[in-house]
Amino acid sequence: MAVTKGTTSDKIFDVINMIFVSLIMLIILYPMIYILSSSFSNPDFVSTGKVWLFPRGFNIEGYIRVLQDAEIMFGYRNTMFYTISGTLLNLACTLLAAYALSRKDLVGKNIIMFLMLFTMYFSGGMIPTYLIIKSLGLLNTWWVLIVTGAVNTYNLIISRTFFANGVPHELEEAAIIDGCSKSGTFFKIVLPLSKALIGVLTLYYGVSHWNSWFGGLIYLTDRSKVPLQLVLREILIEQQMKSAMVASGQSMMDEEMQALQVKLASLIRYCVIVVSSVPVMVAYPFLQKYFDKGVMLGSLKG
Amino acid sequence: MNLAKTGISPDVAKKTLWKRIAVNYEMYFFLLPAIVYYIIFHYGPLYGLQIAFKDFNGALGIWGSKWVGLKHFNNFFSSYYFWLLIKNTLVLSIYSLIAGFPMPIILALMLNEVKSNKYKKFVQTVTYAPHFISTVVLVGTIVIIFSPTYGLVNQMLKLLGMEVQSFMTNPKLFRHIYVWSGVWQSTGWGSIIYIASLSSVDHEQYEAATIDGASRIQRIRYINIPVLIPIMTILLIMNAGSIMNVGFEKVLLMQNDLIMDVADVISTYVYRRGLIRAEFSFSSAIGLFNNVANFILLMIVNGITRKLGETSLF
Repeated sequence: MAVTKGTTSDKIFDVINMIFVSLIMLIILYPMIYILSSSFSNPDFVSTGKVWLFPRGFNIEGYIRVLQDAEIMFGYRNTMFYTISGTLLNLACTLLAAYALSRKDLVGKNIIMFLMLFTMYFSGGMIPTYLIIKSLGLLNTWWVLIVTGAVNTYNLIISRTFFANGVPHELEEAAIIDGCSKSGTFFKIVLPLSKALIGVLTLYYGVSHWNSWFGGLIYLTDRSKVPLQLVLREILIEQQMKSAMVASGQSMMDEEMQALQVKLASLIRYCVIVVSSVPVMVAYPFLQKYFDKGVMLGSLKG
Repeated sequence: MNLAKTGISPDVAKKTLWKRIAVNYEMYFFLLPAIVYYIIFHYGPLYGLQIAFKDFNGALGIWGSKWVGLKHFNNFFSSYYFWLLIKNTLVLSIYSLIAGFPMPIILALMLNEVKSNKYKKFVQTVTYAPHFISTVVLVGTIVIIFSPTYGLVNQMLKLLGMEVQSFMTNPKLFRHIYVWSGVWQSTGWGSIIYIASLSSVDHEQYEAATIDGASRIQRIRYINIPVLIPIMTILLIMNAGSIMNVGFEKVLLMQNDLIMDVADVISTYVYRRGLIRAEFSFSSAIGLFNNVANFILLMIVNGITRKLGETSLF
């Protein structure tokens, strides 16, 4: 925005603006740094308030214990499974339906679209949904967390908008004239041109699968199937003790033992937060280029 | 492709309705999975909503249970909880809206004035990140940071010579913690759309304004803010329409026995009565009431903005 050479008031404005922007950034950044640093610190320093910014008494014991905890690792594995298979199903259902609905010559597309949009504003609600899932025999199955959110209507709309405006129709028509079927056109011509859309959808669907816990809470009772977030809820919020937090060593006095236990438990809480966020954080730089695109795709509909 | 539309008699057009469908038969196969999904998981529950007017009995099923009219609605409206839940829900979401709505706009306006593109990108990267944190981890982090024994906030209070507090069980603090942690999480992500529209502003406008002697503040006031108004309107409609829907998952995670007077909202009440105590019909009725109220609100707000001649949602 370098329109003019800075006058004095311009410079003052810039400085003040910079201070405020940096302040907001620090407020958002600090809790994340704090958790990360604490997870690598000696729990003695954390519990006495000596860790402020950087790890103190560098220590990875918490991580070793987290990685050895069967419950956390099972949760991790389950969530991986739900996220990958769930996102694939999401992509398939959403992309196919959105492409069909983006075709101007599709008979009945308006009524279908209306019926899908309607569910965004009016739904059966938690209890009837639960009863339907129960009556279908889906409770406590591996399927339930995958199929219950197969299509997100908002994502369907942005996909349809993308296909309607973002892909040159001449290409599709040329392919059809050349004897390509409509589905062939979609798979061979349109999909390869839709990488941005697929990126956005993978981001949105993947993160929502990775972060979801409520479905697991109400639909699953079998411990071996619960997603990671549900295990995290027990550790972080219900403050349950997990095997990873049990201190070893019989020789200690009871009190000492208890104090150690409390410290370990708190250390492990920091570590599980980091461990559970790793996949999203690793994907973050790759997905970042899709953020703006995704939000802008969403706003095209207006 | 467009031959059918041009210069063909209506007679032929009518005859070709089936042909027009048949031509796209593959597209209907494309739609099939989504349609099946919507029928089962969206229209199924809408069909099941009738139990709000019945006494649901598992053995008789949704269809076979006995009709009881508005019994469950009357029970809810006359119960002690009704006004409490409405109040808690509205206070929480209106407070969230007032605190949370302007923040992304302010951040976007400020970022737009940052001259270094590198720094701007960096701030964006940092501020978007909390959006991807799960609700469980967010609430877990709040619990850790505010913990009375080892929490960061209490360590700070101790340093300042103040008394250690139990934040999560204090009914006076619940709303503030809920709202401001929400602001922390969503300000950055919410600013994307505003930053994008600000980047579409024509540079000549700034130059013209500067020549006319406009200060930076005036440029923001008379050029940038007007650019953002249409998006602000749409987002405000959407937010106002969902004012009876608070972030259910986060409230549920933050609840504990000591703060239920302020932390119990309609949706968590539905969950508790419906799924914990298995009062399916009663809680479905509350859910339906909430849904209808939401829908009406959305229509009203949308109608008002349309009347005012501004952008509307539909």
